[in-house]
Amino acid sequence: MGNDIARQFAHLPYDKATAAIATHLRTFWDPRMRNALRRAVAAGDSDVDPLLRDATAKL
Amino acid sequence: MTYVPEADLGTPAGRGTETVRVTVDGRTVEVSAGTSVMRAAGEAGINVPKLCATDSLEAFGSCRMCLVEVDGVRGTPASCTTPCTDGMVVTTQSDELGRLRRGVMELYLTDHPADCAGCARGNCEMQALAATVGVAEVRYPRREPARQHASYDETNPYFAYDPAACIVCSRCVRACAETQGTFALTVAGRGLESAISPGGTDFLSSECVSCGACVQACPTSALTEKSVIDLGMPTRAVDTTCAYCGVGCSFRAEVQGQGDGTRVVRMIPSKTGGANEGHSCVKGRFAYGYAHHPDRQLHPLVRDSIDDEWRVVTWEEAIAKVASGFKAIQDEYGIGAIGGISSSRCTNEEVYVVQQMVRAGFGNNNVDTCARVCHSPTGYGLKQTFGTSAGTQDFASVADADVILLIGANPTDAHPVFASRMKRRLREGARLIVADPRRIDLVRSPHVQAAYHLPLQPGSNVAFVNAMANVAVTEGLYDAAFLRERCENVDGYLAFIADPQHSPESVEPITGVPAATLREAARLYASARNSAIYYGLGVTEHSQGSTMVMGMANLAMVTGNIGRRGVGVNPLRGQNNVQGSCDMGSFPHELPGYRHISGDDVRAIYEQRWGRVLDPEPGLRIPNMFDAALTGTFRGVYIQGEDLAQSDPNTQHVQAALRAMDLVVVQDLFLNETARLAHVFLPGTSFLEKDGTFTNAERRINRVRPVFPPRQGKDEWQITCEIAQAMGYPMRYENAAEIMDEIAATTPTFAGVSFAALDAEGSMQWPVTAAAPHGTPTMHVGGFVRGKGLLVETVYVPTTERSNRRYPLILTTGRILTQYNVGSQTRRTDNNAWHLEDILEIHPADAEMRGISTGDLVQLSSRVGSTTLRARVSSRMPPGVVYTTFHHPVTGANVVTTENSDWATNCPEYKVTAVQVGVANARGETDLEAERRRAGVEYAHTP
Repeated sequence: MGNDIARQFAHLPYDKATAAIATHLRTFWDPRMRNALRRAVAAGDSDVDPLLRDATAKL
Repeated sequence: MTYVPEADLGTPAGRGTETVRVTVDGRTVEVSAGTSVMRAAGEAGINVPKLCATDSLEAFGSCRMCLVEVDGVRGTPASCTTPCTDGMVVTTQSDELGRLRRGVMELYLTDHPADCAGCARGNCEMQALAATVGVAEVRYPRREPARQHASYDETNPYFAYDPAACIVCSRCVRACAETQGTFALTVAGRGLESAISPGGTDFLSSECVSCGACVQACPTSALTEKSVIDLGMPTRAVDTTCAYCGVGCSFRAEVQGQGDGTRVVRMIPSKTGGANEGHSCVKGRFAYGYAHHPDRQLHPLVRDSIDDEWRVVTWEEAIAKVASGFKAIQDEYGIGAIGGISSSRCTNEEVYVVQQMVRAGFGNNNVDTCARVCHSPTGYGLKQTFGTSAGTQDFASVADADVILLIGANPTDAHPVFASRMKRRLREGARLIVADPRRIDLVRSPHVQAAYHLPLQPGSNVAFVNAMANVAVTEGLYDAAFLRERCENVDGYLAFIADPQHSPESVEPITGVPAATLREAARLYASARNSAIYYGLGVTEHSQGSTMVMGMANLAMVTGNIGRRGVGVNPLRGQNNVQGSCDMGSFPHELPGYRHISGDDVRAIYEQRWGRVLDPEPGLRIPNMFDAALTGTFRGVYIQGEDLAQSDPNTQHVQAALRAMDLVVVQDLFLNETARLAHVFLPGTSFLEKDGTFTNAERRINRVRPVFPPRQGKDEWQITCEIAQAMGYPMRYENAAEIMDEIAATTPTFAGVSFAALDAEGSMQWPVTAAAPHGTPTMHVGGFVRGKGLLVETVYVPTTERSNRRYPLILTTGRILTQYNVGSQTRRTDNNAWHLEDILEIHPADAEMRGISTGDLVQLSSRVGSTTLRARVSSRMPPGVVYTTFHHPVTGANVVTTENSDWATNCPEYKVTAVQVGVANARGETDLEAERRRAGVEYAHTP
C-alpha cells in the first residue's frame, strides 16, 4: 500500500515527492499504520520503496 | 385515508419559457408556451375525457375522446394535440361534444368485455369513463376482435397481459419507446386483428425489461400488476424513496391496511420525483417483496462462539452483550481495538449516528462505510480537483448534453432509470462515446448507436483519459479562457499533458484502442458545445481509481465543460445512499461535510455538541481493519447493513479477519455470509420501515417515509443509540427529524435541510444554504468550491495485477439489471426469473481455445482462490477479458478477487484480476461448502 502511494508520486522532484507522500500518509493513515511503517523502515525492510522510506522521515 | 391516484394532466408540461393565458370553460389559466389545451384544462381543474393520452407521454391524438371547441376555430380539435395560444377561449362541454364523445365511447365499448374484471376492481377506466360521458348502453352489436381470443400472458412474474381488455390505444407501446427506450412492444396486425405484441413472443421471453412503464400507462386492465389482481386496489399511499441504486427514484408506496397489518399492493414511480420523473426499473417497481420474506430475521440473536447455534434473546440482552463485549475489548486492547462500519443502504440519519457512536462513544475514528469498495476514489478525486466530493450536475442536465462520454459504466443494467433519460437524449441526436472493455448495450441498441466504442484494456483508464486531454491540448481544442479564469496549475498541467508520451499513438499499446479512433473521439468530446462525462465503478475500482477521477476532472476543465447544464463530471453511484453515507462523515478521516478530522475548528463543533473530546487522527479503513484484526490490534466491529464476507475482495482474507475478532456484531435484514462469522445479530429494517432521508448521486436529498412500523420493533438509529448508551455514552434522539436537525446545524452544506423543508420542497440538492435555499442542481457555476479548479498531473502507473502464463485472462466484475449487489434483497424476490446464478462471459476465441461452450460449468481461478460457475460465450467481451457478476454467494466471485486496491483510498481493484478459466466437471469444494453453509445459516437457524 505504501509502495503504491510512492509510485504515484515518483514523477515529482525528490523533495516534493517525499513531502506529498508524507502528507498523504498523515491525512489518511491511522497512526498504528504509520507506526508500523516506521518500524519497517527502522528494521531496514527491503520491500519498502526508497521514496516511501525517505518520506517516512517526514512523518 | 382515501386512496387518490396521482393526477394525470394528459400531456407533458410545455417546455416554453414564455407563458400564455387561455380561458377554459370560463376559467382563465396561465401556462407555458407549448402546453396542450388538455393540460391547460387540467391545470384549471377541468378534466377532459381521454383514453390515449397520459401526461408521461407525448400527445398521440388517436382516441378522439378529448375533442373540444375553440372560439374562432372550425370543428372540434383534439385537445391533446392542440397547443395553447394566448387569448384562446376553450369549451370542453357542449351538447355537440357530448354527442361526439358518446359515439366514440360506444365504439370502444363494442370491443371491451362487458364483464371486465379491471372495471370491477377499479383499475380500468373504461366503465367509469363511459359513465362520465353518459353512455348507458351501446347501440351497436358487440365485435370480437382477434385479441379477445388471444392468450392471457402471465409469463412475467410481476404483471399480466389480458389482450381481451386491451383497446389498442398504444399507450404501452409509446411508454416502452418514449419513457423506457426499449421498444419491446408494438401493435401487430390491422383493424380487428390489431393487438399489442411483445415482439411476437411472450413477455418473459421478449426484450421487455419489466420497468413497469407500460403497466402504469395502460388505461384499462390489459396490463395489470399481479399484486393488484391478487390483493385488489390500494387504499392509501405513502411517498418514499427506492433503496436500490444511486438514482434514488421517488415512489408512491400504494398499500392496504394500517400498522403491522399493512400490505404493499404496488410501488408507483412518482411523477414529481426529481430523479425519476415518473419512471422506474424492475427492481424499484417490483422487487420489494424481500421485506416480508420468511428469511427475514426479526429477533436479536447471540452466541458465544461462531461454532455455536444462535440463541434468540431480548433486545436488552443483545445490546448488553454488545456493549459489555466492546468495553471488555477496549479495556484489554485499547480504545482503538474496535470500530464500526455503516451502510449505503441506510438513511443519512442512521449512518450519522454510527459515526457519532464510533467517534464520541468508542473514542476513536475507526468508522468506515461500504462506499470504501465503490466510490471512495470519487470522493478523493473530486475533492482534490473541484473542492467537494460529489457529482456536478442533476440528472436532468443530460437533456442538454451534445456529447456524452460514458466511461466504465453500464447504466441500462446498473442505473436503468437514468439510462432511459440518456437514451432519450441520444434519440434526439446527442453523440455517445463509450469507453468500456465490454460492448455494453448502449453501444448499439434500438435507436441508439454509439459514435465510438473504445474497448479499453482493463487497467488503462488513466492512459486513456490523458490521451483524450492530450488531443484537446495539442490540437488547440482546449478552452484557454476557462483555464485562465477558473483553474490553477494551468501551465504545469498543459506542459505535462502535451508531452508526446500521452498521445493516442503512444498509449495505443496500453489501451488497445487504435490511435486514430481515440483521436476522433477526443475531437468529438472537445469540440462539442456541451460535453458531459458519466462514469461508474469501471473508473473507481482500479489501482489508479482516484487518479482516473482526477484525470476526468482535468479533461472537463481543459475543455471548459464545467459549471453549466449539459456538462460536468458525474459519478453514477452504486447504492441508493452512497453519496449520503459519505456526506455524513462515514470515512475515518472526515467529519460530516468532508471536513478533515484534524481541523481543530471542525472538531470543536462536534466536541461541544457531543460532549466528548474527539481524536484528531484518522482511523482505520475497512481493509485496514481486516489487516489489523489479523495482527491482533483490532478485535471488535459493528457492521450495519453490509455483507463484507460476500462483497469485499479476497474472501478468504476477509473471513480470516472476521474469525480473528472477539466480537463481530451484524445488523442486517438477513443472516448473510458475514453473519455466519458473527457473535451478535441485530435485526435491521427495510426501507419500507425507515423514517429518514437518502441522498442520491445527484446530491438530491429525498425523504424516506415509513410505510409500516419496524417489523423487529426498533428503528436502526435507535439500536445504535442504545449501544452507545449501554457503553456509557449518552446519545439520545427523539426521532429521525431531530438527527437531521443536528446534521443541518453542524454541516454547512446541509444548513437549510430539515424534514419540514423537504416535505415542502419534495427534494433538495445540497448545498442547501442561505444563498441557495432551494438547493443547487448544478455545482461550480462561476467558481469552484475550492476557489480555482486544480489541474493535477495524472501520471499513468500500471497496475501490478497483470495477466501471465498461469493466469492469462483478466476478470472484471459488475452488476446485471435484475439483481442487486450481493443479492440479499433481489434474490428473495421473483427477479430470480431472469438471473438465477452468476454467469461467466467469455470471448468466443478464448472459449474455443479452452473447449468451453455456453452452459458449461467452468472453473475460474486466480492467485488467491477459485470458484466454479457457468459460462456464456459472448462476442461482447474482448479477447483476453472475462466478466461475471457477484450477486450469488454460491458463486463467490470475490473468492478470486485480490487485495490490490486504489493507491489513495484502498478501494479494491475489482476490475482487474488475472485469472485462468477451464472446464470443470463439477462444482468445486469451495462452492459446495458455501452452498451448504448458506443453507445452514439462512434457513436452519430461523427462529
